[in-house]
Amino acid sequence: MEVKTEGDNLPAATTVVKDVPSVQIKVLFFAKARDITGLNELSMEVSSGSTTQDCLNKVVAKFPSLDEIRHCIVLALNEEYTTESAVVKEKDELAIIPPISGG
Amino acid sequence: MESNGEGASRIRREIEALKDEKARIEQKILDLEAQLQEEASLAHQQQQSESVCNGCFPSVSAADANLAHGLTADSIYRYSRHLLLPSFGVRAQSNLLKSSILVVGAGGLGSPALLYLAACGVGRLGIVDHDVVELNNMHRQVIHTEAYIGQPKVKSAASACRSINSTIQIVEHEQALRTSNALEILSQYDIVVDATDNAPSRYMISDCCVVLGKPLVSGAALGLEGQLTVYNYKGGPCYRCLFPTPPPATACQRCSDSGVLGVVPGIIGCLQALEAIKIASDVGEPLSGRMLLFDALSARVRIVKIRGRSLQCEACGENTTFNQQHFKDFDYEKFTQSPLSTSPPKLKLLAPDSRITSKEYKERVVSGEPHVLVDVRPEHHYKIVSLPKSLNIPLTSMEARLPEISSALKEQEEGTGSGANLYVICRRGNDSQRAVECLRNMGFDLAKDIVGGLESWANDVDPNFPMY
Repeated sequence: MEVKTEGDNLPAATTVVKDVPSVQIKVLFFAKARDITGLNELSMEVSSGSTTQDCLNKVVAKFPSLDEIRHCIVLALNEEYTTESAVVKEKDELAIIPPISGG
Repeated sequence: MESNGEGASRIRREIEALKDEKARIEQKILDLEAQLQEEASLAHQQQQSESVCNGCFPSVSAADANLAHGLTADSIYRYSRHLLLPSFGVRAQSNLLKSSILVVGAGGLGSPALLYLAACGVGRLGIVDHDVVELNNMHRQVIHTEAYIGQPKVKSAASACRSINSTIQIVEHEQALRTSNALEILSQYDIVVDATDNAPSRYMISDCCVVLGKPLVSGAALGLEGQLTVYNYKGGPCYRCLFPTPPPATACQRCSDSGVLGVVPGIIGCLQALEAIKIASDVGEPLSGRMLLFDALSARVRIVKIRGRSLQCEACGENTTFNQQHFKDFDYEKFTQSPLSTSPPKLKLLAPDSRITSKEYKERVVSGEPHVLVDVRPEHHYKIVSLPKSLNIPLTSMEARLPEISSALKEQEEGTGSGANLYVICRRGNDSQRAVECLRNMGFDLAKDIVGGLESWANDVDPNFPMY
């Protein structure tokens, strides 16, 4: 079993290209978000300088049913708590984690 | 001579009666065994104290000399593998033996949690639950045995715990946890383990732990995923810090609706026992401020750093006025718009003349009435069991598949020359009402739903119809 405790979010920006207009991120879906989207993850291109909120808006636009749970999720960027104003970087992983209540 | 149906139901009744008797006898054996053990240990203590009083024997027993840590000879042997762990040892085991832990829920999560907590030597172990053991629990609630079907889960779980470890105190709270009794029950324990299965209970238990200052080991499992966190531990966040807004009732899923792979709550329940043991014995680093996400299908465990305590948190924030009285008055069912009990909601959407009972439907089938029966359950439910000649059109795709219903009705009408009726059925009678409402809006004025769905068919018409 693979136990991941750290994100491998090395800023791939060692190749500093100033005029890169967009960054590629990966969105991870859990629990109800997984049911709604039918996906475990989604690669997404967003314009550079986008915040996690921008990314979330884009995902919700793609899957409108996510809107009903968007205010009841834990949002994690590279496996760490994040606010909606954090700016995403190339190869970042944005996790959408709704609570499970079953048992 | 009795008909086959009567013969079968007589045999079933007899089996039930025998099972009851078997369970009663097994419980009696357990009680007597516990009594015997108690008497034996009393006699042993008496013997020891007498031998000391007599002064006949000089105190050469190593056990007498080394009891500073408070472990008896039996305890040393029983927990020897814990004592041999350098990072656990006598100190942690003594802490554990002095601790008290409450497990709320003796279901999928509570089963393994309770078994391990009893085995490891928690001094006092409390169990809260108000459900009875059912056959469809057995695939995951591994603490219960078939002999206890129909009996309270608390009784079954307590008996299993006692048979693993008769030296610890097991306390049975055979009641539903409510705001009216939660403060009194939770205040009797050092640590609380949330092994419940619904959103309002999770908010209620977290708030109660905040008000009482108790650490909370929270686990959840559904489908093929599990989550685990320790809340309200040494200044860490509480459940409300993370989820100030409850999910909409439609987003809350139950194992009884969505299913769960049995071993998934098993794994999370074991991890809950582990976290509770770490806190009780004061060993290691509890999972506070972090959330463990378990994904069974991809065999992946992720640990995500979560936010710290929220200053704006309604329960534990800076300027909160949330206290015991607030807690008692708080309406958790209204807050989360879902019931504290696990029983599924009973929708009442339709007027009585838009509905028929399962018995009435049976009569219409027998009388040869021309009709179409639409089963609106998801396809994987339909594959489990269905009524003969029913047409499976899941609620989610109904609008797109209305032509299929029209042509099925036409086919029925052709044979008879008169109008055919349209009936809709689902598992419990909620979705069928939603479907009928939708169908009537689309011009199917004769659509009626079957009250209580297949569940009522099994209860009132055909006791041999498989339920799930």
